[in-house]
Amino acid sequence: MPLVFAGVCSHAPGIVGRADQADTAAKNRLYEAFEGLRHRLEASKPDALIVVAAEHFANFFMNNMPSFAMGMADYYEGPIENPEWLGIPKTRIPGNRSLSERLIQKVMETADVSYAEEWKFDHGIMVPLHFLTPNYDLPIIPTNINCQGPPLTPLHRAWAFGQALREAADSVPERVALIGTGGISHWPATPDSGKINESWDRQFLDEWSRCDKAAMLSYADTQSYLDAGQGAFEIRTFMTVSAATEGAPGIVHFYEPIPIFAVGCTIGTIDLEAPPLRSTN
Amino acid sequence: MQKFLFELNRDEEFQARYAEDRRGALVNFDLTAEEQQALIEPDIGLLFHLGVNGQILMHFAALHSIEWQDYLQRMRDGLAVHGPVREGVYAVTGYEGVDAHSTRLGQTSDIEEGA
Repeated sequence: MPLVFAGVCSHAPGIVGRADQADTAAKNRLYEAFEGLRHRLEASKPDALIVVAAEHFANFFMNNMPSFAMGMADYYEGPIENPEWLGIPKTRIPGNRSLSERLIQKVMETADVSYAEEWKFDHGIMVPLHFLTPNYDLPIIPTNINCQGPPLTPLHRAWAFGQALREAADSVPERVALIGTGGISHWPATPDSGKINESWDRQFLDEWSRCDKAAMLSYADTQSYLDAGQGAFEIRTFMTVSAATEGAPGIVHFYEPIPIFAVGCTIGTIDLEAPPLRSTN
Repeated sequence: MQKFLFELNRDEEFQARYAEDRRGALVNFDLTAEEQQALIEPDIGLLFHLGVNGQILMHFAALHSIEWQDYLQRMRDGLAVHGPVREGVYAVTGYEGVDAHSTRLGQTSDIEEGA
């Protein structure tokens, strides 16, 4: 049945792991926004959640790097990081092999995707799940876009992948929810960690909220790196959600630069009920 | 180096072997003497300078119980001592260093409070 939910959120490990070092009021505002996102997700009564992530060399490495990958297992494990460092205990996360297989088969008709029967979640998936499915009771379909090891997945291919994901989600009887998770401008885990280019972020989020395909596809990685750090390569995850919901407006529920979390923290959803935007290029 | 760290980050048994015998854990990897030494010490600043991606390096730092701010400072010190990043994503696209970067973005240096 048609996609029941779509949204985006940040996933920086510091959001949980360094929560005690953050300004308490800022942290609380973000956590409340995550809580709001969880309520919206739950209200959509999903049978499964596709998480489009930009994992960080936890499963996929330069010896064999897929542009796109989807998990196809009945359960996964995470976090791969030290639980004390991340602030999230190791746990088993439910999947749905049958649903994954049907989604992957459908995606493969129009986009190339690798499948993975083993997947150890890193903070890129664990941080969102920590807030959105804290009891780990919703089957997850992990999905990855190579935003880390160049040559990276081209933006227009991420768009095509998002369209393929939507067709796949709509083709199964289950109620499928979708969330993209990544940073906008940020310089994670580098000497520049903590820098955030707020104006760059706000421009991108404006384009994202209007589903401005042409504007979003016009970002060049070389310039993005200079303006917004290597973390900005992860805009692919937000754009995949846009492509999967093309023509529907996005709502930015929360945006706030929180340097100790090393990212402009973002929570957004797509208004799937709204009349289509006039032009999506 | 990155392959070694990728394997180490994923595998708790490998982490135990590394804890017991750091040099021995490196034998199956194609590494220069400089790279081996950086991984054995560990020299976080040199590893970053040599081109290890921060997303891999931060877990190695956590494994050695290096606190976050200390981890960032070690990378900054490494750039100061050894110069710009030699290889990898930070070199390919032109890593400019903290101060130059702050200036270009028009931001004051907020490194102490940032992370």
